[in-house]
Amino acid sequence: MKTKLEQEEYFYGHKGCAGCGGSIAVRLALKVLGKNTLVVLPAGCMSAVGFVYPQLCFGVNALISPFASTGAMLSGLYVGAKALGLKDVNVVGFAGDGGTADIGLQALSGAIDRGDKIIYICYDNEAYMNTGVQKSSLTPYGAKTTTTPAGDRIHGGTYGRGSTSVKKDMFDIVTAHNIAYAATASIGNIPDYIRKVEKASKMQGTSYIHVAAPCPTGWGVESSDTVAIAKEAIDCGLWYLAEYEDGEYTLNRDVKEFTSVKEYLKKQNRFKHLTDEDIVAIGCQRDKKWKSLRKKAQ
Amino acid sequence: MEPTKKFVSGDEAVAIGVKLAKPHVIAAYPITPQTIVVERLAEMVESGELESEYMYVESEHSALAAVMGASVLGARTFTATSSQGLLYMAEVLHYASGGRVPLVMMNANRSVALPWSIFGDQRDSLSLLDSGWIQVYVEDAQESLDMMLQAYAIAEHPDVLTPVMVNLDGFILTHTYECIEIPTSEQVETFLPKFEFANKMDINEPKNLFFSSSPEHNIGFKYQQHKAIENAKSVIEEIDKKYEAVTTRGYGGLVDAYKCDDADYIIITLGSITGLVRDVVEELRSEGQKVGVLKVRYMRPFPDEEIRAYTKAAKVIGVLEKDISFGYQGTVFTNVSAALRECDVQLINYVAGLGGKNIAREEIVHIYKELNDTENKSKVSAVKSQAVRFVGVEVPKDED
Amino acid sequence: MSRRKVDKTFKISSIKDLPCGTYGKAMQLTETMEGWRNEAPIIDEKTCSLCNWCYLVCPEGVIYQEDKKMKIDYRFCKGCGICAKECRKKCIIMEREEK
Repeated sequence: MKTKLEQEEYFYGHKGCAGCGGSIAVRLALKVLGKNTLVVLPAGCMSAVGFVYPQLCFGVNALISPFASTGAMLSGLYVGAKALGLKDVNVVGFAGDGGTADIGLQALSGAIDRGDKIIYICYDNEAYMNTGVQKSSLTPYGAKTTTTPAGDRIHGGTYGRGSTSVKKDMFDIVTAHNIAYAATASIGNIPDYIRKVEKASKMQGTSYIHVAAPCPTGWGVESSDTVAIAKEAIDCGLWYLAEYEDGEYTLNRDVKEFTSVKEYLKKQNRFKHLTDEDIVAIGCQRDKKWKSLRKKAQ
Repeated sequence: MEPTKKFVSGDEAVAIGVKLAKPHVIAAYPITPQTIVVERLAEMVESGELESEYMYVESEHSALAAVMGASVLGARTFTATSSQGLLYMAEVLHYASGGRVPLVMMNANRSVALPWSIFGDQRDSLSLLDSGWIQVYVEDAQESLDMMLQAYAIAEHPDVLTPVMVNLDGFILTHTYECIEIPTSEQVETFLPKFEFANKMDINEPKNLFFSSSPEHNIGFKYQQHKAIENAKSVIEEIDKKYEAVTTRGYGGLVDAYKCDDADYIIITLGSITGLVRDVVEELRSEGQKVGVLKVRYMRPFPDEEIRAYTKAAKVIGVLEKDISFGYQGTVFTNVSAALRECDVQLINYVAGLGGKNIAREEIVHIYKELNDTENKSKVSAVKSQAVRFVGVEVPKDED
Repeated sequence: MSRRKVDKTFKISSIKDLPCGTYGKAMQLTETMEGWRNEAPIIDEKTCSLCNWCYLVCPEGVIYQEDKKMKIDYRFCKGCGICAKECRKKCIIMEREEK
């Protein structure tokens, strides 16, 4: 691994669940970015577990922002640092999927539009986990959450019991802004994630990294499975690793032969209710997605 | 150098005041009738007469969040808003005061939808009286400029560390041109200290900010916030005196009383309407009537002692305000009533000017007459004793 | 390297002990997390190749290399078992802890 990680732990003693994927994403990114870092976390798991006064778990300057304000506070810190002549500081935000794709989307869009030199990391655990597993717009098709139960009434029909919408593609959304740098990553591929965080820190404009970070509590897997299930999502093609820079797309790993979607899904309690037809539908969605990804990366 | 004079609107006076305070960061989002403030500031930054980082943001919510981000690094900041924009910021208002971030913001008082209206009343800021901000209401363009400078001094005072909202009546003040005196930069330097923020983020002494706290400690933080705004009472007077010493202009602190000492009938006002009421007082005084006007300058901290002190002689008081808390009474009236709860005085609430409706001179004269009639007819008024009277609204007979 | 210090004696006895607003020292630790776990990871030094993979995958950051050994800060280990599952040499076992 080329990137040198700092020995120091900058996210320590937090109250996240055992096996928390988001914690891995935050912890490793801070080890790449180091001491001169200003961190913004909106309301969500990482702020809830890291800032319970008097136990304060960030070793660098960090603050909780209002839920919708990650992008705006990052910009404020960046612009403030610039105005005060603070040199060589990294300004990084860690927001969950709801904080990014739902309530924080507008402020993120504003920050990218300004081109402020900030790093926005979305740790995606595919639902509002901090409040006890409710659907966000990044909850995948078919997933059971407390607001998309696996019954027939609310979101009924033959297919799609559970969440009936297809996961929003934040990578597409941010690249449509002509952002300086965007990437998808996963804690199922740590070297790739670390490389991308380092690359983001060297950019002159706005960077966005979307890191898949499973939540054993919300997904219904063992706490020891977090990294393995993230890796399996990549292997079966339901998550992808890509980059966007200077208007060019790169597919970091073009999976030639996917592993079984069914096996990946059936390991998780949130997908237990899916029928074979549901799983076929998810496989089709995957194939469609990859067709478009490959086209873009050509 | 001598102070210069300029013919400007209220919005422009605010922009000039902000420029003199030299903020490091300005966040701008347009909304009528505030927009001219951020436009003028953009021109000043563009021309080089003001060295600030000027950010355009995508909403008011983000404007306030962005300046908070800059402020915790030790930057002096500015943003401005109005009406719907202020309400959209509501969450962040509480955030800033709870975080003890000494922001300064201008609000152009404007009616709140529905029905839509771009014109002035004070329902926007008064509905956010509990957000933990210091709220000051100014009367004219000169006071607008002067209060921007005072606002920074108050907010950043170590005993206060509380954000300040400077309120200007939409259009009536924001868009009306007046001749103002602009302090010299030397005067401003003498008056306004550099912003030193003890709590700021520091690379060598890193901090974790805006944390959550258990119910056990949470109330302690809230007590501190309350105490800080209480502290602001003396700080406000102190800073006003200092400002007067430097510029010769002082505003008297929390209230501004005009001929109240011996007045039987007093109208309590907020904001720009005071000028007209003062004219009426002049006129009625020349006819021998003992009337006065008491302008409330700060709604938070609330000048309860000052109101009691200046209304000692009063028999009947009218509270005239551009606000109504539906189902009860105007917010200023509720606050004044609480301050005077143990005083032997009658109070009438006049709700006027909502949605920008003009308040006519004759209506003020009529209010003084009603105050007089109420007293003369002893405690049982011939004028039917409604708790709240809507000025200029013809109430159908069967509802009266 | 030195592990993060914990001040378990930290106490707020009156309002005067509270900071002015929500501002705290970074990495102010007043409690530990060992009570959260049922099982503790044990590293077999003999088979460990010091690849540091367990150090990377740990959500708590409690595994570290010192004196050519992988060590665990058990004060903050929640016993999630990711390290044991991900260890390529299979040299970490999860051992039940008696309470």
